Order: sequence, then structure tokens, then C-alpha cells
Amino acid sequence: MQKMSLLGDEAIAQAAIDAGMSGMYAYPGTPSTEINEYVLASREAREKGIVASWCANEKTAAESALGVSYTGKRAMTCMKHVGLNVAADAFVNSSITGANGGIIFLVADDPSMHSSQNEQDSRFYGKFAMIPILEPSNQQEAYDMVHYGFDLSEKFQVPVMIRITTRLAHSRSAVARKPAREQNKLGLPGNLRQFVLLPGIARKQYQALVDNQPRFVEESEQSAFNTYISGKDHKMGIIACGLAYNYLMENYPDRKVPYPVVKVAQYPLPEKHIRKIYEECDSLMILEEGYPIVEEMIRGLLNLSKPIKGRLDGTLPRTGELNPNIVGAALGMPQEGTLEIPSLVAARPPSFCAGCPHIDSFIGLNEVIETYGKGRVFSDIGCYTLSATPPYESINSCVDMGASITMAKGAADAGLVPAVAVIGDSTFTHSGMTGLLDAVNSKSNITVIILDNATTGMTGGQPSAALGKIEQICKGLGVEEDHIRVIKPLRRNHEENVKVLREEMEYNGVSVIIPRRECVQTLNKRMREKFKEKAKAAGK
Amino acid sequence: MKIDIILAGVGGQGILSIAATIGYAAVEAGLHLKQAEVHGMSQRGGDVQSHMRLSDQEIASDLIPKGQADLIISVEPMESLRYLPYLKKDGWLITNTKPFINISNYPDEEKLMAEIKALPNHIALDADSVASELGSVKAANMVVLGAASPFINIDFEKLENAIRTLFGRKGEELVTLNLNALNTGRKFSMEAQK
Repeated sequence: MQKMSLLGDEAIAQAAIDAGMSGMYAYPGTPSTEINEYVLASREAREKGIVASWCANEKTAAESALGVSYTGKRAMTCMKHVGLNVAADAFVNSSITGANGGIIFLVADDPSMHSSQNEQDSRFYGKFAMIPILEPSNQQEAYDMVHYGFDLSEKFQVPVMIRITTRLAHSRSAVARKPAREQNKLGLPGNLRQFVLLPGIARKQYQALVDNQPRFVEESEQSAFNTYISGKDHKMGIIACGLAYNYLMENYPDRKVPYPVVKVAQYPLPEKHIRKIYEECDSLMILEEGYPIVEEMIRGLLNLSKPIKGRLDGTLPRTGELNPNIVGAALGMPQEGTLEIPSLVAARPPSFCAGCPHIDSFIGLNEVIETYGKGRVFSDIGCYTLSATPPYESINSCVDMGASITMAKGAADAGLVPAVAVIGDSTFTHSGMTGLLDAVNSKSNITVIILDNATTGMTGGQPSAALGKIEQICKGLGVEEDHIRVIKPLRRNHEENVKVLREEMEYNGVSVIIPRRECVQTLNKRMREKFKEKAKAAGK
Repeated sequence: MKIDIILAGVGGQGILSIAATIGYAAVEAGLHLKQAEVHGMSQRGGDVQSHMRLSDQEIASDLIPKGQADLIISVEPMESLRYLPYLKKDGWLITNTKPFINISNYPDEEKLMAEIKALPNHIALDADSVASELGSVKAANMVVLGAASPFINIDFEKLENAIRTLFGRKGEELVTLNLNALNTGRKFSMEAQK
């Protein structure tokens, strides 16, 4: 079959389509977004009747995928690393229920925090849930591992995690496809209580998971993705995980590393390989993208073993993404001087697009907040988080999806007046609704601004689950109708909008203001498509 | 044969179209390819870059090591300088000279140009003006690619073919515009090197 040039994300999506997946569920989050986008745009996927959906959040996505697995069919759920925090309840418990049809949790980590609020390493979650983890080092492995991952999931009736990082997610390379596999037929679990985690059943299921651990290790040892590569110089052995293997190889143009190397791309760690390299070599170097999880395991708390170099002893930086230079320096390769960045080069941080509705919302908000003094605006995750930067400097928090409303509630309970929450439409239905219910129930004095741009903007304009529903949701949660105010954020409405904001901040209770205007990016896209269709129609 | 290219610009300026064009041509030429892109937050008017690696051998790292890029191709002058640590000592810098100013502390343009001209190997052209004269400023990225093309070891016809394929479904008008842009940029570059 002809090779395709695919992003890591796209390779995973194509593999899922080819491997007989029946359902894909996700909430957009960089760097995982392109996976579901690819499936949604794929004609092949449509023809095969694959269900692909954007869900309200990662937890609902993961649970839907688990529901597909229950029926015996294959499912994948995709999220960014912090999305797994949201889905953690479903994720960890799904390791106890186990799988029926193959299920893959695809989690994309973001070391160096290119587009995230932390760089947590999802391999910890995989280990915590005690399930196999696959960590591809390139696009082809990413493709192959989806096929293998589904098989593995069905073989052991356990969910499988595939962990990628930004660099692989958003890097393109040629990928060879495998022959397509049919989807599984509907088939209920042999034991209809498998998914009923009542304590009595859960204890048995958990024991089965624990009993399977040595088998997972065996599987890792036999896996073609984990390899032992001999080397003559036994002064050091290198354990290179996932993408780090490439950076190691980049430092040897002939691809011949003088030291023994264990390439790790499947966990639990292949004990035999690790034992062998440890016994053969005087010291070890651990190269891994993310947290020093493998290093910690091999080193142990007391560090009584042979010398182990990595992120913990300072051989490699403790934080941030690896690259060929960092790995080269760790290997003691001479790092030649390079040209320098001229001092006049200024930072160019991301900013609001020209014409963005958020600009008008924050100019209005800033004017009202000036009356009270800064430091009263809790915000959330989305394009509007850019209002933390000059010239706006409007917001004082950005923690996790939905935290704006609940943090404002806590601050209001503690006596902060006014306490303002700023949240986007998609983030509101992702994780804001329950917090608003809390605020209504305890009659907290908060002003919630739901910036409704009718899309999930930051990740590239995916549909918003909140579309056309926000007022009804707020009403249903018990916000008084008089205090649900819709405004249109435009420069010419400034005075009027400021008045509404001021009135609601003065109101002692829960009020919701909805500045509503479509994202300029999706508007432009829509207009372009409309224009194209018109031109097409005219051409006919 | 191995060529490492840093593509630079500001989110929304179309560096991924340049990448797609080179990428298509490289695959046609039977080369291995790795190309790391920037998606997400920075696409909102921030600095963006793409590491593009072509080789007749298998490529290990998605990222180019510092000091090893053969070329920096930039659609914005200040952005062209941001990645200098990646450029080989004898590498070439090809850049548009038209600034994209969306920050308040953008450097003085004369000083900026002086920095670019201080580099031994550079091609600098106002791709926006060239593209405007050809019909649309949107083709500025292809003017820059044209200017870089003499340094990319792939048959020029393959780059032209890539444009025909990639822009084909958007209409003949766009194909012609971008082909003209590519050729004009190339001509400029050839003249400049004489």
C-alpha cells in the first residue's frame, strides 16, 4: 500500500480506522485534537459507519468509549494530558471493569507546556491504573501500535494507554498502512456482571488485574517495540524511552551507539532487558520524555545501585522537552558554539485575533473592575486566557477547566466583592455547569461571564456543546431569569455593555452575563465556504 | 543527500503551505521526510516555526539539532533571526523583508535589516510587494519559497508540480498565481547570487 505523509495524530486516527474501531470520542485539547478531526473528516470512516464525536468533556468521552467496549466493539478516546485528570475516574475504574471490545486511551502529553498549564506525565496514570502503556517513538510506530494496542486490549480484556507527546503528535512523516480489519460484531460481555463494580465484584476484578501484572511484563519482554541493542562499550548502558530514542540516534550519524541500548516503547518495563543492561554495564543513563518515572523506578529511593544518570542527577534538565542537543550534551558530545539570537529580536506571544469578540468583552470588563480595584476576576482555559497578557491584564486565575466559577464562589464565600468568573461557552458545558449549580444552591454573590463565541476556539474551532443552550442551562440550574443578560460585544455597544456588567456586579447573588458574538476565525471559515458554494452553484 | 530547513513566521502567515509544498515535492523525489509543526496556542499571532528534514537516509529526530540547519526560510524578517542558533555557519537565510507588526516593541526596521545583511549568506526580498504585483499578497509565502528553491536540492519542476497538486482544487487562478510567485522569487534569488 502507498505510504501516507501523516502527523503522529493523523497516523493514530488512520490506524484506528484501519484497525476496526467502531467509535471515537474526544474533547479537543492540544496536542490531541487532530486525531478526532481526522476521523471526522475521513470519508473512509464515514463509509465504515464509524461514530466519531466531540463530547462535552473527556470524562463523558471516556465513558462512551467504555460503553462501546462493553458491546464488544473497539473504541478509542483521545485527550490531552490534563484531560485525563477530568477522565481519571472513568480511566482508573475501567482498568478494574476491564474491557470487552478493545479500548485505547490515547493521551497526548505536552512537555515544555507549549499549550498547557503543566507537563504531567501520563505514564504515571497508566502505571497507577496498572494497565499496559505504549509509547511510540515515531509516526509508523504510532500507527502500528494502535493495531497492536487493540489486540492487546482484547487479549487481556484490559484498557490500553497510548502515550504520545506534542512533538510526535504534530510532526509529519511517511506511514505505511496495514490491511484494514473488519469491525467487531456486537457481543455482550460473557459475564454480565463484569462491569458492575460493587465491592464484591470489584475485589475479584481487581485481583484479576493484579494477577495479570506479570503477564503484562512478559508481553513487554516479548514485544517487538522493546528492543535490546548490543554495544561494545560497557562503561554505560542507555535506556531510551519513546521519542528520546530518536534524539539518542541523532547524535550518532551512522546510527551505531557504542553502548548497549534498551529501547523502551511498551510498559510495564521489560524486566529482562533492564536486568541484562544493568548487569552488563557499569552505569546507566535514562533518557525519557516527561517526568523521570523510569529513572525513579530503577534508582529507587535510596539510590543504592550503580550510578544512574538522568533527569534526577542533573545530567539532563529536570523539566521540559528533550531535543538532540540536550541528549548530546548528556552523552558528552562536544556542543559547538552556534550563532546567537540578536538582542533586538522581541518576544511575540500569542494574542487575540483582529476583531475577536473577547477584545470588546475585556475592555468593558476592565472599565467596570477599575471601580473596585484589580484582582477580582477568576478565569478559565481558552482563548480568553490571553487576556492575562498586556494590554488587558484582566484576569487573575487560570487553573483547570471550570475552575473560574467555583473559585469565584469560594472567594465570594470568603467575602470578596465582587467575585467575577470568566469562562468560555465550551468550557462552561465541559466543567462549569456543576459549579454554577453550587453557587445557585448556596446563593453565592458571583458574577459569571460566559463568553459565547459559538465554538471551541483555541483548539481550532470545533463545535461547542453549549451552542444555543446556555440561557436554558442557566435557567435550569436556577439562575434567576432577570439576572441572565445577553450582550453583544462590539465597540459601538461599549457603554451599554459596561452598564449591564456594572448592574450585575452590583447585584447580590448569582448573575450570568453572556457576551455573544461568533469567533472571527469560524466566521471567516464559514463565509469562505459559503462563498465557495455560491461560486460552485453559479458555475453549474 | 540531506537537507534541514527551519521555516519561520507568525501564526497565520502560511508557513505550513510552504512546508506542504516542499514536503509533497520531497515525497515525489523519493526522499525521507520529517516535519515538526507548531499547532495550538502560538497559532494565535505568536511566533511559529517548523523543522523540516529531508534525507535519502532514514531520519532519526523530528527536531533539527542546533547549528545544523542548511536553510532558514522566513516569511517575516524579525522571525528569520529568532532561529539563528539552528543555522549552520555556512547556511543560508532567506527571508521576506516585510515586517508583521503585532507587538508594541517591534525593533527598529533599519537595525533589523542591518542584522540580516550582516549575515554572509542571505537573500532578502519584499515578498509582499512582489506578490501584490502578481495579483495577491497571499502568495508572498510562495515568493519566499521560490527565493529559497535554488538552495533546496529537489528538481524545481517537482516544486511546481506540488503547487499544481496542492492548489489544484482551489482553482486554476490560484495555481497560476502561486506558480508565478514561485518563479519570480526564484529569479530574484538567482540574480542576487550572481
